[in-house]
Amino acid sequence: MTEQAPAADQNVEYPRILAVGDSALLIEFGSEIDPGVNSRVYALAGQIEASHNAAVVELVPTYRSLLVNYNPLVSDYREMSRFLDEAVAGANEIPVSAAQPNVIELPVVYGGEDGPDLETVAEHAGLSTREVIEIHSGTDYRVYMLGFAPGFPYLGGLDPRIACPRLKTPRTKVPAGSVGIAESQTGVYPNASPGGWQLIGRTAVKLFDHGLAIANTSPSLITPGSEVRFVPVDNHD
Amino acid sequence: MSRLTTMTERAIDSDQTGRIRVIAAGPQSLVQDGGRTGFQKLGVSVSGAADMDALNIGNRLVGNDPYDAAVEILLGGAEFEFETAATFALTGAETGATLDGVPLVSNVSYSAHTAARLVLEMPIPGQGLRTYLAVAGGIKTPPILGSRSTHVASEIGGVGGRALEPGDVLKIGEILVPAVSGKMFNSGDSSANDSELPAVNVRVVLGPQDDEFSAAGIRTFLDSTYAVTDQSNRQGLRLDGPVIESRTGSYDIVSDAVVNGSVQVPGDGKPIVLLADRQPTGGYAKIATVITVDLPKLGQTAPGTKITFAPISVEESQQLLRDRSNRLLKPELGQAVDTFSVQVDDLHVSIGVTEDEVGRRDLITRIARINDVAYPISAVKYTPAE
Repeated sequence: MTEQAPAADQNVEYPRILAVGDSALLIEFGSEIDPGVNSRVYALAGQIEASHNAAVVELVPTYRSLLVNYNPLVSDYREMSRFLDEAVAGANEIPVSAAQPNVIELPVVYGGEDGPDLETVAEHAGLSTREVIEIHSGTDYRVYMLGFAPGFPYLGGLDPRIACPRLKTPRTKVPAGSVGIAESQTGVYPNASPGGWQLIGRTAVKLFDHGLAIANTSPSLITPGSEVRFVPVDNHD
Repeated sequence: MSRLTTMTERAIDSDQTGRIRVIAAGPQSLVQDGGRTGFQKLGVSVSGAADMDALNIGNRLVGNDPYDAAVEILLGGAEFEFETAATFALTGAETGATLDGVPLVSNVSYSAHTAARLVLEMPIPGQGLRTYLAVAGGIKTPPILGSRSTHVASEIGGVGGRALEPGDVLKIGEILVPAVSGKMFNSGDSSANDSELPAVNVRVVLGPQDDEFSAAGIRTFLDSTYAVTDQSNRQGLRLDGPVIESRTGSYDIVSDAVVNGSVQVPGDGKPIVLLADRQPTGGYAKIATVITVDLPKLGQTAPGTKITFAPISVEESQQLLRDRSNRLLKPELGQAVDTFSVQVDDLHVSIGVTEDEVGRRDLITRIARINDVAYPISAVKYTPAE
């Protein structure tokens, strides 16, 4: 039996605050991938960080929501919900930053051993490999969030002309720094891992180094809210 | 009949660091602590002990911070040599451990002399999967991003980001509070014991995306019995059972953050409970979240175990968490005035004795084994012979 349900979102008003078990709350700003929604997520994260609330353990910003992990032995559900209600109201009054985002340039060797699937992507797009490189490196990509693996960015803004399905059989090992395309996404693998993305190039820049945290520097070169620019180069020197 | 009396003298060399050598590591032994928080927004998994109760109890028994690093041993089969004298405790799954051949009891602190060998056999069926070896001073592998927890998939933490191997030498930290052997924790309701039950009942707070499921789907989830499949590990428990109906036919959402205990439902409609080694984000709708106090028992459930889910409010689950804190983290530990093992033919019984402030003794029998089949025995009052 199937119950007649309205399409998602029709009755949902954003932002909304949802309980995630006994130690986290989730603030959703929408259900879509959208730069404006994503900016609201980071504005709220900044607002909460500035409050220095001792109960807040960790914030996890994503495309369209912010997860607030808190210590229920320090604060409780009712108190945290009230705190977040106020933070959401406060963050809504902040104009979404018009400041230029931090742009991270990654030198990429396209094709050849570094990008074994460049020709597949070109063929699928009906373009030359040179055109694929020009299109891919001609856009600055918004870092909506990180996840999946240390330093792995979810980038937005791939030109639909070079979108390409994943490999039918994922590779057991993708080299660190590989730049890939999967459907309408593009991204870069910070560390060697199994993966099914079409690999079009590789950067020699080290994207994640946990040793950097000792110097109080982010261990991830790519940080949420920044932008990534791929710069074609002939070799890794 | 063999008899083992614990020693209560203070640990030797309390101001020097010690070492433990791994002789055998079993199927998987990992350095784990309270977990690596603060870097999920950069894609770094939290990891940490799969049975946090057992980690906390072990550390308390040896005088450590409750979240210090210990060795998490999956399915026993491990052996360690104490290169320096140390105070230690075993918690979590009962394995039939011995120190230089002398049977040990779980949840009691012991002193090991230099060159003593600690051997862990296979866990007793139904008594959990993971045993914790806590050592006074804590295991001191290099901290990575504020934690020593091993996350094998991203090669972070522990020894070189991997499971322990024979020949590894683990440094033991400086002992700040002199550790005393013979401390005892009565874990009558510990997580490892629950897997004996016909079905493990797990309490959940519904949501955050329960509105992605039909009312019938939520009823299926709460009314059915699910089985833990063998495709389960520290990352999560993949369950088999009735398909949970989504509201729109799709189970996908725009990827967002998950927590320890998130119950996500992928396209096949069968739930996966995410655990310590989960990735920080995921793209499936999450019907419910397992409450914190019930997570340790999921870290001990073996494939084949039956699981049922029961809804509870956030307020109730937070009260349970406060109760847990009062029960595990605050009370003074009992002093085991004696522990011993009894062996009569194939019957093996491990026994601990505690004494309260007026000198009354409680006898706590842990487990009886006959022909390698385990029979838990409930606590029995001990009347000392006059």
